[in-house]
Amino acid sequence: MAVLPPYAEMIGARRDNSSGEPILTVGWQPDIEGRRGFIHGGVIAGLLEMACYEALHREFPDGVPPRMKPINVAVDYLRGGLMIETHAVAQIVRIGKRVANATALCWQNDRSKPIATARMHFLLDRDRAGTGQ
Amino acid sequence: MAETAIELGDEGHVGVLGLRLVAQGEDWAELVFDYDPRLAMSVGSGIIASGPIISLIDTASGAAIIARNKKFRPMATLDLRIDYMRTAVPGRSLTARATCYRITRNVAFVRCEAHDGDPDDPVACAMASFFFTAD
Repeated sequence: MAVLPPYAEMIGARRDNSSGEPILTVGWQPDIEGRRGFIHGGVIAGLLEMACYEALHREFPDGVPPRMKPINVAVDYLRGGLMIETHAVAQIVRIGKRVANATALCWQNDRSKPIATARMHFLLDRDRAGTGQ
Repeated sequence: MAETAIELGDEGHVGVLGLRLVAQGEDWAELVFDYDPRLAMSVGSGIIASGPIISLIDTASGAAIIARNKKFRPMATLDLRIDYMRTAVPGRSLTARATCYRITRNVAFVRCEAHDGDPDDPVACAMASFFFTAD
């Protein structure tokens, strides 16, 4: 996944792979505010989902990734997202022939105090190579 | 009984997506936003990313709680689970109808369906719970 989706650009998400992990980061901007002073829950969920896609793409470093379709996602909101930088990263728990299972974490200044977590299932269509999404 | 005024405002993420309230009832609210290529998950397909769909559902769920509560109480999303039925057709507006089916002293429970024109052919179904952060 060379280019982040237009939606990522819209919320201001960027990659930070300097640690070796596929981390996505969003800086604070008024466009992502939900209730006053806090990030919109949909933006947090969107960031967690994109982190899952990033992790899933890493499972196909050499070849063309299969087409990936989201089946479902479950997000737990643990703390309000403050008006500071927000990060998300995901891990692939299991990747099968047809289904992949990912888990994702979202935090702000302290990774040990996550503001949200997510679980996500993907359907993999290995007969149809896709752009991934 | 008069309908409770639900103010979405036009600031922040709600304003960027262009979310607007189109209908409401005793315990439900219906929100819509128009297609925008900037919300796509890839340039080629133009298919809308799931982030904006979750934002729509999250906001509609909050509106449904206000409708049922007959007043605004500050709240935060506790958890939200979405099943994706199919991809939304690029170019179509997305509508979400959320129903708040139970409110306790501290928690509200909501279900929500999103569609791109035909309510009987939803693009996503969701369940969410919220807790009130103040009276």
